[in-house]
Amino acid sequence: MAAGPVEPAALNLRADGSIALLGGWSPSSGRYHFPRADTCPYTGATDVEPVELSTQGRLWAWTAVTAAPPGYDGPVPYGFGVVELPEGLRVITRLTEADPARLRAGQPMRLVADELAVGANTVVAWAFAPDPSVTEGTDATEAPR
Amino acid sequence: MTAVEVAGVGLHRFGRFDGSTTADLGVVAVRRALAEADVGRGGFQAAFCGTAYGGVAAGHRVLGALALTGPPIVDVEAGCASGAAALALGADAIRGGQHDCVLVLGVEKMPRGVIRSSFFPPWREQAGLAATPAYFALRAQRLLADAGLTKADLAAVCVKNRAHGAHNADAMFRSPVTAEAVLGSRVVCEPLHLWMLCSPNEGAAAVVLRRVDAAGGTDGRHPRLAAATLRSHLPGNVLGEDSPLAGLVDDTITAPTTLAATDAYEAAGLGPADLDVVECQDTDAARELLAWQELGLCEPGEQAKHLAAGDHTLGGRLPVNPSGGLLSKGEPLGASALAQVVELVRQLRGEAGARQVEGAAIGLAHTVGRGANASAVILTR
Repeated sequence: MAAGPVEPAALNLRADGSIALLGGWSPSSGRYHFPRADTCPYTGATDVEPVELSTQGRLWAWTAVTAAPPGYDGPVPYGFGVVELPEGLRVITRLTEADPARLRAGQPMRLVADELAVGANTVVAWAFAPDPSVTEGTDATEAPR
Repeated sequence: MTAVEVAGVGLHRFGRFDGSTTADLGVVAVRRALAEADVGRGGFQAAFCGTAYGGVAAGHRVLGALALTGPPIVDVEAGCASGAAALALGADAIRGGQHDCVLVLGVEKMPRGVIRSSFFPPWREQAGLAATPAYFALRAQRLLADAGLTKADLAAVCVKNRAHGAHNADAMFRSPVTAEAVLGSRVVCEPLHLWMLCSPNEGAAAVVLRRVDAAGGTDGRHPRLAAATLRSHLPGNVLGEDSPLAGLVDDTITAPTTLAATDAYEAAGLGPADLDVVECQDTDAARELLAWQELGLCEPGEQAKHLAAGDHTLGGRLPVNPSGGLLSKGEPLGASALAQVVELVRQLRGEAGARQVEGAAIGLAHTVGRGANASAVILTR
């Protein structure tokens, strides 16, 4: 059996193995959110429309987890950080790069699937990887300030 | 006008105590506080017990062991602010005219290692998105960038607090450290090294609150509780203590610490410039530096200047964490906020010994943690 998403409410795992982050958009609050919820977590509005979030963003904060935290069976060390998406969201994420010295603020990043062990099983989580395809400072994924 | 005074305080020192139960630790703290206050059975009309990991009816287990049950006992969980939440409830019950004397206690035996919290659903642990020190590290990295600080500044906070803690017999770690040793300890999550993180541990603290119907000053032995406030977070900060999976691109969201402190300053009718001594949340070294600005002790980005000047070191303009802070004491969640109150009471009574802040008359205690929960407590002499 193929591995499923680590959390179906947060992650869409497509047949071709690609993934998307599942978010919401509230027209009345003018805000996106993640993961998708019935109520906008910033205003309480209930006019939430389902969306899939951008797969490209910019690195805002990062570190590496050097020892396996409780309840985690995946590899260590692993990268961990925050990526800013053009929707005006900062998303908590795994990073494919586990050496903090090889990352920098504002670095272009792209969403990738990340298979993880959970006991004897495997699940698919999301991660962001450095995106070499983006030319610095000229792309449309620069988060609005 | 109804005021609330601290009639007595008690502490079980912080550390690891194999063979002692949560209730055993609480019994020691409660006995000491009640003895100081000269309050016995029937002398308090309610008890509020802060604990996060103490399990069902932790307060009942403590007071049951002392044959002090009968009054209502309310167990309170508010993460790192659990003890302060209990204190606020007790103070409000007196101010509201419901009770004349209230016992507040906090007890905890933390699991060893990285804190595992039922706050997170299992899938977040499986995905590696529930590692508490990693969230601290991201916040630390952003603070370093935004405030122009370096890892040497984080080490300086550890050096300061451990130097203070060397004078505190109730602390877990009583040896001073050098910046070199702090920076030489292993990296847990860059930029945080092991010695920049406090150790979850065990301990208990108790405070007896009593109604005062007279205006005017105190007798110097029983400080007034001028404010005890608790606030939660406003949504939107991705690195807030509520640990959301996402937040807004917005750096103007008021922090829960600032909300609690603003309420406390207003209730006490004073401001940060009036403070003589502060005990603040130093779960990690960066958390203390962030608290300085969130509490209004300094302007954002001015931490390095105050560190270099020794403003918040014993002997400086406004000593912060003279007890040694959590970096010296360790952190038993339910007890830590009340242990801060115990420290402030000792400071305001002038009985803090080698770590005494000269002439301390007004003190503030602060916690912030999971929830998010943030508390601010102000005591005056």
